[in-house]
Amino acid sequence: MVGLAAKPYERTTTVVTAELERHTYDVVVIGAGGAGLRAAIEARSQGKRTAIVCKSLFGKAHTVMAEGGIAASMGNVNEHDNWQVHFRDTMRGGKFMNSWRMAELHAKEAPQRVWELETYGALFDRTPEGKISQRNFGGHEYPRLAHVGDRTGLELIRTLQQKIVSLQQEDFRASGDYESHIKVFAECTMTRLLKDKSGAMAGAFGYWRETGRFVVFEAPAVILATGGIGKSFKVTSNSWEYTGDGHALAMLAGGTTINMEFIQFHPTGMVWPPSVKGILVTESVRGDGGVLRNSEGKRFMFDYIPAVFKDQYAKSEDEADRWYTDPEHNKRPPELLPRDEVARSINSEVKAGRGSPHGGVFLDVSTRLPAEVIRKKLPSMYHQFMELADVDITAAPMEVGPTCHYVMGGVEVDPDTAAAVVPGLFAIGEVSGGMHGSNRLGGNSLGDLLVFGRRAGLGAADYIDKLGGAHPKVVDQIIDAAAAEALAPFREEGGENPYTLHMELQQTMNDLVGIIRTESEMTEALGRLEALKVRAANITVEGHRQFNPGWHLALDLRNMLIVSECVARAALLRQESRGGHTRDDFPQMSAEWRKVNLVCRVDENGVSIARQPLVPMRPDLLDLFEVDELEKYLTEDELPGGGH
Amino acid sequence: MAYTAHFKVWRGDGSGGALQDFDVEVNEGEVVLDIIHRLQATQTPDLAVRWNCKAGKCGSCSAEINGRPRLMCMTRMSTFTEEQTIAVTPMRTFPVIRDLVTDVSYNYEKARMVPSFAPPADLAPGDYRMAQVDVERSQEFRKCIECFLCQDVCHVIRDHEPNKESYSGPRFLIRLAELDMHPLDTVDRRDVAVEDHGLGFCNITKCCTEVCPEGIKITDNGIIPLKERVVDKRYDPVFSVGSLFRKGQKRSAPPT
Repeated sequence: MVGLAAKPYERTTTVVTAELERHTYDVVVIGAGGAGLRAAIEARSQGKRTAIVCKSLFGKAHTVMAEGGIAASMGNVNEHDNWQVHFRDTMRGGKFMNSWRMAELHAKEAPQRVWELETYGALFDRTPEGKISQRNFGGHEYPRLAHVGDRTGLELIRTLQQKIVSLQQEDFRASGDYESHIKVFAECTMTRLLKDKSGAMAGAFGYWRETGRFVVFEAPAVILATGGIGKSFKVTSNSWEYTGDGHALAMLAGGTTINMEFIQFHPTGMVWPPSVKGILVTESVRGDGGVLRNSEGKRFMFDYIPAVFKDQYAKSEDEADRWYTDPEHNKRPPELLPRDEVARSINSEVKAGRGSPHGGVFLDVSTRLPAEVIRKKLPSMYHQFMELADVDITAAPMEVGPTCHYVMGGVEVDPDTAAAVVPGLFAIGEVSGGMHGSNRLGGNSLGDLLVFGRRAGLGAADYIDKLGGAHPKVVDQIIDAAAAEALAPFREEGGENPYTLHMELQQTMNDLVGIIRTESEMTEALGRLEALKVRAANITVEGHRQFNPGWHLALDLRNMLIVSECVARAALLRQESRGGHTRDDFPQMSAEWRKVNLVCRVDENGVSIARQPLVPMRPDLLDLFEVDELEKYLTEDELPGGGH
Repeated sequence: MAYTAHFKVWRGDGSGGALQDFDVEVNEGEVVLDIIHRLQATQTPDLAVRWNCKAGKCGSCSAEINGRPRLMCMTRMSTFTEEQTIAVTPMRTFPVIRDLVTDVSYNYEKARMVPSFAPPADLAPGDYRMAQVDVERSQEFRKCIECFLCQDVCHVIRDHEPNKESYSGPRFLIRLAELDMHPLDTVDRRDVAVEDHGLGFCNITKCCTEVCPEGIKITDNGIIPLKERVVDKRYDPVFSVGSLFRKGQKRSAPPT
């Protein structure tokens, strides 16, 4: 499958190019979640004609599932908060693997991006003074997450969707056409990025899900905002859309990805009933007072506070409980450690035989908060458990366990402009890499979408201006090749069933490249992935091209196999445990490995990986940390002479 | 625990179609969407269905289950008996694209006709101050996941296709109500509600409220207060007499 990247096709058809639907834009944004929509708003505001292309209907992207909130150091609830504290928390959460520049930009700009949402019409929950309320979350020193109950993602996406409509109304008043400057192409999947002869971005190729007809967008700037890769795993909180499209598209076009070994397993997914296994249970449950217990009724997280965090978390239940009302004089409960720590701890408890009846642990808020407060603060969770599991969370604990939630890795980008290594290509949100290092803090995703969405819109506009009208031209043969590739599953008869292959892939990644990893299992996984690649070249799809989910899955499988191979190869190479990468055979964190990014590429031989040194942190940012904390992460030569 | 259920699933496209019979395995805890997925994986790989989150948050998998508008992901199989035949059909109010997938573009067109949020011009970002109690009224409507089940069930457009021209349906009436109740919005949308969105067509049968998976009190908390506000303005005797002298004045909201 991967070999298709550069292999000449046996069959090319000029008929395809003749009947092709073509559109010309300045900017094409692939993906309509928070990042894509914010980028489109910015590109349009810079005067660029912008297309938003998305696999689902407008307003249904995965951002809608985000629950807890947007981390931004507005200081509305605790005035001590500021960007420096947020920056420190983000770097600690990512175990210092983060692109420090991205973490800095994010911490500095998140408050403005949240306030801006209010000017678009967002209605966040309020403090008694009428400001935006902020809640506690794992890894954040102060209450920092702007939220709307536990449906913040819905508010974010609806707000951005409605802002785009308002821009279209402005355009209508000026031009008589709602879609003169910004148009949404919904249920349209992109399968290839298109370049010109020089290797610069020239557009994208794909198909309409509804009709199966091919479509080409010609544009000098393409912004990838396609989200994550969770559908390669069996137990995941991610929707069908998360098939690693942007990761694969970028690499197939000569781009690079970094940090692919770092996958976040959210500690609290539903474990029962089986059909909902993996569906997210928001971290807000713990932020608002929920605690984790094992089958013996013990709050086990006190046993799992790692050395690097031991000074920041409570040592007793009494202290932890006092923190909710008096955070100045008490330390926070260990249930609010970063997600990687909590997920591993739950895994260990279950393995030690202290799990719940369905293989998770207990998350209890019923004994901690009055029923009416739970229904008010966690309405979606109340509803979700009542409807899907027959559990009343105001009266009984939930059963939860780790679920594949987020990929820290992604397209390697310039921190300031979100530009990838391919000229004219940009990547933002989950499909970009670097911002979150080896582990993302809850609440830092929604801020990431907004901060870098805006920056990519600006970056793309600036890139186009510098081209001075000399827009790259798509080469027609590449379009023919892309069409032939997309039609391949209809050619054979009696081949493999895409659903079967997908299930086998998910099982492989779940069992062998999951939350705890070892060399032997990952080697086995790579063997199985090779076999799956061979079988995937022989997929047969039944029916015709009109809204055919079997065909869509067959095409998505190419991307899932590419990203799965990246994850497995990078995870095999990195001989240490850090954040979303835990090696049973290398349980320690290594300061030497911290200095190395693993960079994935795709060529005719498949996925290859190179080591690349991390850019050392700017001294003024390094100075924000105490030296004895830095010593836990950095090698001796990296420690600042001027630290304090 | 597993059993075999009998399903009838509508298959076809814009030119026609029919219910097709399937016998399919059902396991404990499953929802209707799981069964549709099992049909795709084992019996009919090209069965078209929309879905995304599978957790009742995105509003994609709307359909009619035994005639009732519902989200497939939130309809548990345990609500049926093992003997019961389960019919799954596409939303009837919208044109079929294929199988369970319908063309919902009507809703996106109506959304574009709602005058957008307009804050006071001199209010800087970061300076917005609103009381929780005041934002809660609009927040109820912002829970809407745009599943369009309220649109599907509304007889004004379900049974009378021509009404789609002049009536926007419950979803967009509560969008108008939401903006009307926003503490910092400056636009008066009352005329637009009547003239562009057909507020008067709604005769408050409350079917929309009944099918809303988010439990939004669409009629009681949204449409009725909006109707009352419109009545206050348009049918107030004093105001009506006054308005005779203000003819030709432009509408309160700019046309969009």
